[in-house]
Amino acid sequence: MNSGYLINIIRFILLVLIQVLVFNRLNFFGFINPMVYILFLYWYPIKENRAAFIGLSFLLGISIDFFSDTMALHSASTVTIAYMRPAIMRFVFGINYEFQSFKLSNTTKAQQFTFLALLILVHHLVYFSLEIFSIANILLIIKKVLSIGLASLILCLLFGSLFSVNKE
Amino acid sequence: MQQIINFIIRYKNFLLYIFLLIISLALTIQSHSYHQSKFFNSSNWIAGNIYGFSHGITTYFSLDEENEKLLQENKRLRNQLFNKEFVSSTRTDSSAIKYTIVSGQVIKNSYADHRNYITINRGEKDSVKQDMGVITDLGILGIIENTSNKFATVQSILNENSNINAKIKNTTHFGSLVWDAKTYTSVQLIDIPRLVPLTVGDTIVTGAMSSIFPENIPIGTIKRFDLDISKSFYQIDVALFNDMTNIKNIYIINNLDRKEVLELEDKTNNE
Repeated sequence: MNSGYLINIIRFILLVLIQVLVFNRLNFFGFINPMVYILFLYWYPIKENRAAFIGLSFLLGISIDFFSDTMALHSASTVTIAYMRPAIMRFVFGINYEFQSFKLSNTTKAQQFTFLALLILVHHLVYFSLEIFSIANILLIIKKVLSIGLASLILCLLFGSLFSVNKE
Repeated sequence: MQQIINFIIRYKNFLLYIFLLIISLALTIQSHSYHQSKFFNSSNWIAGNIYGFSHGITTYFSLDEENEKLLQENKRLRNQLFNKEFVSSTRTDSSAIKYTIVSGQVIKNSYADHRNYITINRGEKDSVKQDMGVITDLGILGIIENTSNKFATVQSILNENSNINAKIKNTTHFGSLVWDAKTYTSVQLIDIPRLVPLTVGDTIVTGAMSSIFPENIPIGTIKRFDLDISKSFYQIDVALFNDMTNIKNIYIINNLDRKEVLELEDKTNNE
């Protein structure tokens, strides 16, 4: 269990650093900055205390905000997906995920993909609605959610396959 | 009482979520209408030092290019100096100096958001304070928003909250420079009356009404202009001289008269 905490702490720090030092500066096509730190929520153990998970996600979001001068946009969206994660998992994995023996690595590729995609979609929707904050610009919000969401998804999948979760 | 406690225990995750969400929303919405929070920005000690460290490594990769830019600027300044017919020695009298300049470097740039802030490696120990102007050799960049001991954040002109006095060069027609968050290569100049003759390509410079920037600092050229909804003012797209994606060396301008001007304006408004 101790090594599990350690892995999560290291993962937390590395994801924050890689997000603010690399991906926040990517500016692909001038506006695409993928958000890879969502992987933390994707990788976080399922059987852990839920309140601690929500608190930790808030901490993760606020550390990113700290660096990128975005006020609390990242924290608001991260805490939202942290709260919604069980609901999303129930939707994707069905009743299976309630079992004690459930592991993310035992599920099919399609299920993992859907799970990650839903996390990113909800996160980006909350993030860009709050950032742009006007109904008049709904098209801009959709454009940003789709394009940046796609970039985040691709990068998260790449990172996910690089550092696979089999060990846990 | 028992029921209330039961309710709290049953919904503790939901209540925690709502609580954290409200904190985030409060922090966010505050910044929509008002300045960036005083403590919660990247000029703080941790973020500043991490950005400073990463800047220390990456800065070497563009040294050649930056040196070339500085040489060009020196060349231009020397041209101006040598072509001035007479430079009086009395002009260096310190009481005649209106502005002082601090040089610095950008350690974190952003231009893809709606409210972009830039972090620089100069802070209170270099006597940088809030509301000083920041320029590059090509044109204006923004206004100092928050400072810590060693770092400061700059509200970029690519920020929805940004509002800077600007005018058309060699005239006295002035307006406000704002940004519509569409593209990082252009900003908008509004409130120029329709009777002003305009041509595409005219230069836009800072106006004299600002106590932050000196007059006649270049901003950009007119790319396109249109009448706004009221049909009595122009809405002008200004192509920036600065490439906002590639900024390294900056100058911070301190207007020594600013305090006096503000005090006077304050007094006038209160009467």
